[in-house]
Amino acid sequence: MENYLSLFETYDVPAAFWVNIQLSFWAAIWALAIGTVLALFRISPIPSLQWFGAAYVNIFRNTPLTIILAFGFLGLFSVMQISLASDLNLSLFRIAIVGLALYHAAFVCEAIRSGVNTVPLGQAEAARAIGLSFLPAARLIILPQAFRGAIAPLGNVLIALIKNSTVAAAGSVATESSGLMKTMIEFRSDLVIPIFLTFALGFVILVIPIGLLTTWASRKLAVAR
Amino acid sequence: MQKTRYAAAAVAAVAALTLSACGGGDSAESEGGESGSAETVRIGIKFDQPGLGYDEGGSYSGFDVDVAKYVANELGYTEKQIEFVEAPSANRENLLSNSQVDMIFATYSITDTRKETVDFAGPYFVAGQDLLVPTDSDIAGPEDLEGKNLCSVTGSTSAQKIKDQYPGVQLVEQPGYAECVTAMGGGQIDAVTTDDIILAGLAAQESNAGKFKVVGNTFSEENYGVGLPKGSDMCEDINAAITKMIDDGAWEEAITSNTEGADYTFNAELNPPTPAPCA
Repeated sequence: MENYLSLFETYDVPAAFWVNIQLSFWAAIWALAIGTVLALFRISPIPSLQWFGAAYVNIFRNTPLTIILAFGFLGLFSVMQISLASDLNLSLFRIAIVGLALYHAAFVCEAIRSGVNTVPLGQAEAARAIGLSFLPAARLIILPQAFRGAIAPLGNVLIALIKNSTVAAAGSVATESSGLMKTMIEFRSDLVIPIFLTFALGFVILVIPIGLLTTWASRKLAVAR
Repeated sequence: MQKTRYAAAAVAAVAALTLSACGGGDSAESEGGESGSAETVRIGIKFDQPGLGYDEGGSYSGFDVDVAKYVANELGYTEKQIEFVEAPSANRENLLSNSQVDMIFATYSITDTRKETVDFAGPYFVAGQDLLVPTDSDIAGPEDLEGKNLCSVTGSTSAQKIKDQYPGVQLVEQPGYAECVTAMGGGQIDAVTTDDIILAGLAAQESNAGKFKVVGNTFSEENYGVGLPKGSDMCEDINAAITKMIDDGAWEEAITSNTEGADYTFNAELNPPTPAPCA
């Protein structure tokens, strides 16, 4: 037990989880923005935009995240020499956020589209009848109701995103928790299982409140019909 | 009633799966020996480290593999009786303490923390942390790395050493050395660091031939030992085999042939090592 507690003096576990939270926070914001635009594309009346939205979702949803993030490092950073900040590690951190955001945008798009499906067709017809064109109708009538119907699936995407943020290690963000876990296992091979359980528990603690919150919010905010 | 019967069937099916999973290891073992009664020896090696332990589609090459074959041969096993098992760094202690392997030759540094859970024979090689740089680079040691981009593997001892001792270096951590070397080929990384013999193995790969050089200025000492389960009685015999391998020249030949084309010479002050007395 003393051995185990000494781990926390040597290694800053909360700081590693903080990196995961930061990755998830920025990636979630970007994914929400990109995903909303994609969802608009997919429900728009313009076939080329529908096609683009569908193609994006099918490509990114079906590509392993590890490959996207490894491409961020090997492709964008190493070969194309793209840099998003003058500081090397900040640049890699941002590239990882881009990778996480692009990947999860596909899932956000599908979550919002499922929310759109909860909006009765009559709402869209009524919007059209009072003279609203596609974008105002989407902004004022469809999306506000769709988001309220999509809270539970969006919460699921957020939970997946938080756990997936550990894959950022493939994109060289080594300060995050799975990187620290590797370091701890390398140096304290006598405590492999306690170390592993510590990180598993850490993620459970992070994720459970989000699950509870989104379930509560999805009930509270559901549009009564 | 119907429901309980299904549930019972499901439980039975799951139990059967679990049991057959356990049985898998045993049957593989008995298939290994040709004469039937002969036992196999399971040796843990790296599968992804060119020059040390490398899986070339079913056959294995590298310095660790050559030493393992020699030692197994001295212990009375023919090459056909050796069953190579992948031993990634993080799993090595578990593989030994769960008796999934009999010994491990996988760039396994002897450390005090590890000695608490496993036994070691050897060392059979003394490696040292070094740098791999492009052939035209003028980096001559870790002092020249200030402000440069250095790549190592996430969570490795080499990465930690750089963080502790050379905080001015911009360290990039990747899941494997192959990614580091690819990034260095692209020009964004100035040097890759880990044990010299691992770097030599990477540089000796066909696709990298002539592009990189090992600096040859080691700044740590890693004693590669043979990992054994705690309380194993094989240590003495393995040490004798290693000594014999060094004496009859097979040891040096194994190093030269596995690092051919890398412009690498091992640290002659520390090598070949004398195996430490068994605990």
